[in-house]
Amino acid sequence: MALIEYREALGQAIAEEMERDDRVFLMGEEVAEYNGAYKVSKGLLAKFGPKRVIDTPISECGFTGIGVGAAMHGLKPIVEMMTWNFALVGAIDQIISNAAKTLYMSGGQFKCPMVIRGAGGAGGKLASQHSQSFEALFTHIPGLKVAMPATGADAKGLLKTAIRDEDPIIFIESEALYGKKFEVPDGEHLVPFGVADVVKEGSDVTIIAHSRIRHTAAAAIERIESELGISCELIDPRTLRPFDIETVAKSVAKTNRCVVVEEGWHWCGVGAQIAESVYTYCFDDLDAPVVRVAGLDVPMPYNPKLEAAVLPSIDRIIAAVKKVTYK
Amino acid sequence: MAIEVRMVSLSPTMELGTINRWLKKEGDKVSAGDTLAEVETDKATMPLETFDGGVLLKIIAPEGSKNKVGELLGVIGKEGEDISAILAKGGAATPAAAAVPAKAAPTAAASVAASSAAVAAAPAQAAFDHGARVKATPLAKKIAKERGIDLHQVAPSGPGGRVIARDVPATAPTAAALAAPVPVGTGVGEDIPLSGLRQTIAKRLLQSKQTIPHFYLYSEVSMDRAVAFRDELNASVEEGGVKISFNDLVIKVSAAALAKHPEVNAAFNQTSIRRHGEINIAVAVATEAGLYTPVLRNVDKMSLKQINGGVKQLAGKARDKKLTVAELSGSGFTISNLGMFGVDHFFAIINPPEAAILAVGAIQNKPVVNAAGQVVAGKTMGITLSCDHRVIDGAVGAKFLQTLKDLLEHPAKLLL
Repeated sequence: MALIEYREALGQAIAEEMERDDRVFLMGEEVAEYNGAYKVSKGLLAKFGPKRVIDTPISECGFTGIGVGAAMHGLKPIVEMMTWNFALVGAIDQIISNAAKTLYMSGGQFKCPMVIRGAGGAGGKLASQHSQSFEALFTHIPGLKVAMPATGADAKGLLKTAIRDEDPIIFIESEALYGKKFEVPDGEHLVPFGVADVVKEGSDVTIIAHSRIRHTAAAAIERIESELGISCELIDPRTLRPFDIETVAKSVAKTNRCVVVEEGWHWCGVGAQIAESVYTYCFDDLDAPVVRVAGLDVPMPYNPKLEAAVLPSIDRIIAAVKKVTYK
Repeated sequence: MAIEVRMVSLSPTMELGTINRWLKKEGDKVSAGDTLAEVETDKATMPLETFDGGVLLKIIAPEGSKNKVGELLGVIGKEGEDISAILAKGGAATPAAAAVPAKAAPTAAASVAASSAAVAAAPAQAAFDHGARVKATPLAKKIAKERGIDLHQVAPSGPGGRVIARDVPATAPTAAALAAPVPVGTGVGEDIPLSGLRQTIAKRLLQSKQTIPHFYLYSEVSMDRAVAFRDELNASVEEGGVKISFNDLVIKVSAAALAKHPEVNAAFNQTSIRRHGEINIAVAVATEAGLYTPVLRNVDKMSLKQINGGVKQLAGKARDKKLTVAELSGSGFTISNLGMFGVDHFFAIINPPEAAILAVGAIQNKPVVNAAGQVVAGKTMGITLSCDHRVIDGAVGAKFLQTLKDLLEHPAKLLL
């Protein structure tokens, strides 16, 4: 166990998997010579050479398509989106039309085992076009799996599982967490997909939060428990597809109340789907409607005060918990 | 403009009314004050009168149908008027119709109002008016079902009148057993459908036992003086006159004790305790159809003769099913006497929303120890007070019982 940055945990996962399996390679903008825009791939070029750590032109559509082809031919590409905002430049067509559909449309003849990874969410004063949460968009697509680690250990464990998986994986890292330090297991550490993490046990309210907003929820819970005496259970689903409804349902059966928190926009956000699943599986257990806390439905403002107002805050989470407990 | 005829609440506990008989048929001209139909409520058969005149255009609820309060029964309007909009709307109760018994028979409306003024019309069983549909969370519904509790009886604390889990009262472990379905079809038997009265008895007494924390105070009363007192009163009665019963005496004594202990003449009202302004005593009357509890009003101002006459009149009406809502509501205390069946003593279930009930046993010849410490022949009677502990503490109930005992043992004190 070592206290290392989130980005370093990701780099460890890539390095370990490249050592383990020589079919694994990394490509993307600035991943090689520059050691990655966020330094996730630091040292990889020196270690694995330019055949396996490849700088690409600024052409997301092109290099994502190369990744799809390589995967179909038996390699295991890791394609880096410098940020997920750039996936809009054509990569989204390769991901949705090709990566997600290959297995189905070839009648099972071709797999597409690739990881498309990069920074998501707001980073802080990056304005509307570079502060977006696209997990709802990708989780919507059958054929894709979506992972969103909130800690260094999960970043490493989920990425190693993603690289070994036989399906296309959308791996959304948190731009705001790259520089945060976490205790990360040394060497082999795998976190399975579809298994939520019960971060903290509690008895009165189930709070579901993923990626960096999970830490906002944890901070809110500290205040809720000390100031209001309401015991909260915090669950991080870690992967949004597959989604571990079993762990959530078990928790809601105990607490009878549920708050879903996410950074992305409210309307049609992943929280809407999670709430629907809670209603389906926990209907008779609920003593209050599920309350969602999400990003406000506006383009992200550049002004930091307005940005803070748009993102789910500790106060908004506390208000949601009060609402479901009728306080 | 056509007028909707809706089922109105003809008693404080009424939820359903059965149309026994329509007295008007479609096409009949009706004027204000006419009785449209006879409605059997949970306790009595009442006339459903109209305040509006016109033509009875449509009868929607057939004879024999059970209708919730607020449900559409028929339509009155002008000859040939288009009522399709009302019919399309169907049974949806308008809040106005459900809340204001405007089209009720005037007597019924007046008596309901009078009784609510007098004793806050049954607060315990209707702490909150949910209307036709109770809003409750799925969890609250599940818990209520498990505990056999009717959500209509539960006061909500959630937004917009929503019942949430914490509002559903806990219940005695026996509730599950009571609520368990009775096995049907074993051996030779007969299923007797529940009458409205039977349903009311089942519901209200179950609710009482489940939601009211009962405790019981039993006392054996020396009746030697009371027997002599009554003999003296009745000895002088001329032919055809009134014979005072022991029950009359118990009622009289209870009224005096309630006057002295107003904390017993009270009701639990969720957020407060209601102390009644009048001494109104319900008397349990057994009939072939079931138990009625008609109410004697202002008993503290009545003579024994008046009490006797009042009870006789109410008991007769009960047997004939002629009791009105006014005669069935507004009590603060009930007396149940099974002495005539030779019962030593028994423990009665509180008649909600009251806070206490007196169970009276038979007068018996018994060896008793007199003031001089000798065992002598005496007459005794067992009385048991059942109290709602939310309203009455043990010592308060005991003092009330002490007063009762003292007055029965020294009936001359009634003259004071």
